Amino acid sequence: MTNKTTPSRRKFLKTALAGAGAAAAVPLSVKADEYVTPSMTVPGKTFTPYGMPSGHEEVKRLLRPPGISPGTGGSLSPLESLEGMITPSGLHFERHHNGVPDIDPKTHKFLLHGLVNTPLEFSMDALMRYPRVSRMHFVECGGNSGANAGSPTPPQLTAGGIHGLVSCSEWTGVQLGLLLDEAGVKPEGKWILAESADAASLSRSVPLAEAREQGILALYQNGERLRPEQGYPLRLLMPGWEGNLNVKWLHRIKVTPGPTMTKDETSKYTQSQKDGKAKQFNFIQPVKSVITRPSGMMTMNGPGYYEISGIAWSGHGKIAKVEISMDGGATWTNAEMPGPVLPKCLSRFRLPWEWDGKPVLLQSRSTDEQGNVQPTRAAWKAPVSVVQFYQYNAIQTWQIGADNTVKNFYV
Amino acid sequence: MFKTLAFLLAAATPHFGATADPALIKAWDVSIPPDGTGLPAGHGSVSEGLAVYTQKCVMCHGVNGVGKPADQLTGGVGSLASDAPVKTVSSFWPYAPTLFDYIRRAMPVTSPHSLSDHETYAVTAYILSIDGIVKKNAVMDAKSLPKVKMPNRDGFIDAYGATKR
Ligand code: HEC
Repeated sequence: MTNKTTPSRRKFLKTALAGAGAAAAVPLSVKADEYVTPSMTVPGKTFTPYGMPSGHEEVKRLLRPPGISPGTGGSLSPLESLEGMITPSGLHFERHHNGVPDIDPKTHKFLLHGLVNTPLEFSMDALMRYPRVSRMHFVECGGNSGANAGSPTPPQLTAGGIHGLVSCSEWTGVQLGLLLDEAGVKPEGKWILAESADAASLSRSVPLAEAREQGILALYQNGERLRPEQGYPLRLLMPGWEGNLNVKWLHRIKVTPGPTMTKDETSKYTQSQKDGKAKQFNFIQPVKSVITRPSGMMTMNGPGYYEISGIAWSGHGKIAKVEISMDGGATWTNAEMPGPVLPKCLSRFRLPWEWDGKPVLLQSRSTDEQGNVQPTRAAWKAPVSVVQFYQYNAIQTWQIGADNTVKNFYV
Repeated sequence: MFKTLAFLLAAATPHFGATADPALIKAWDVSIPPDGTGLPAGHGSVSEGLAVYTQKCVMCHGVNGVGKPADQLTGGVGSLASDAPVKTVSSFWPYAPTLFDYIRRAMPVTSPHSLSDHETYAVTAYILSIDGIVKKNAVMDAKSLPKVKMPNRDGFIDAYGATKR
């Protein structure tokens, strides 16, 4: 290790140590000198108004090549580089249908109308005065992991590259039910339409009962105001429900007699079956898990100790258990769930493992508290059309080779 | 004691919404359900729609809506149950008013909300005419558009069961 201690610093240390204890002073001073690291020898940087990750870290969202419309598409959370259960706000996945709008909260309005007794409009200042709730929930795009559903051969990507359209935050906001009650929903009101103020005017229908009981108008993400990419200044959060209907940049909710049948609940985000029919209103994100360490594109360090670790989640509630298989699903062992395990939230699982260096087909299979179990890829594919990729939740297999490679694999 | 508590609870219900400005509602209420409620006045013909399409859509959706670089809008009718399903407006969309709704709010992608209602009716008519869903001399307006029967109208299953509530 190189010693970059300056001469004047060295002199200062010697003097100081000599004062501390005469007998051991000389040999000790040499030792201390060698072990003093550069960071200990100069004052550190001063305070900053907003902290950033260490310059030594290069953890980034994965971007896809921009298409004809640069703001249409997504960027993925680098799941393989993240730990615990919360996604840093700046690494939350993005899925936009026409870019990230720049919205001034001073002029932003939220309109609540339709089948209500009193149509209401709210400034952001008004919304900020309501009582708030804080909840930890994942948001997952309905198209997450679609690469594994559609590609006939396993795409060689990282865990985030395949499954990174899921992220998890603490969301704080106003319960939608409060505002619906303030406006007074008429008996004919059975659904809502939520609409964005983005350049897609993205809109989705949600059944009224669930919107009232579960809906949150999110203002904060991980303790600070929402990030622009996550809907600043206002986002509808339907915990555990398909990402697309968690409408960002929310500016309007209309209470309606039925679903509005928008483009994103007919043309898109519906599940085509083999017989040509399409299942619609697949609101709840199914039970799922992925091992993030070790995972695709990583290189093993040869035989020895590893901690297997990953994330599991379900839109139906809490994760009940996660099992690990080393042999492509023939035998299973329970992973440890150190907790916290919260409903509709990413949960971390871990399993200590001594690898003998032989080839392994590593899998995780999660079960939620409702008894839903992750299917195999073959079982997931069996009833659906070849073009169907939404809400793909099949078991992920990582093929670990004797050559230390970790690859995406279909059993 | 009981009275005081009741009073405090009643007083603790927040009411910060302002009665909505009817002009704001009128301007923002652009969503059109399948039965066409809320479709605006005006009309547009297939031939007028071809002109709009040629000027504002063809560069992204291709001649006759064949797609590339953006979504394919036409073709594929009857293909959904085959080994090579092609999902387009013509083959897959269940309701014609959704097409008006979506184009008016989101297209062209480079300048959404720039089409007039007249242009939106016209380009909707044109797209629907390419696969013969409406006739070449059709005119779309608030009355005729909801009556258009899309080929895949009965192709959807409500997986959640909330439509019957
Ligand atoms: C600059 C390119 C561009 C132009 C110009 C454009 N579009 Fe689009 N269009 C797109 C993109 C990109 C999407 C997909 C948007 C998304 O994923 O949310 C799209 C989607 C659509 C869809 C939905 C397709 C589906 O099956 O879900 C329709 C319909 C449509 N456009 C119609 C039009 C019409 C009509 C015009 C002209 C008035 C137009 N577009 C102009 C790029 C364009």
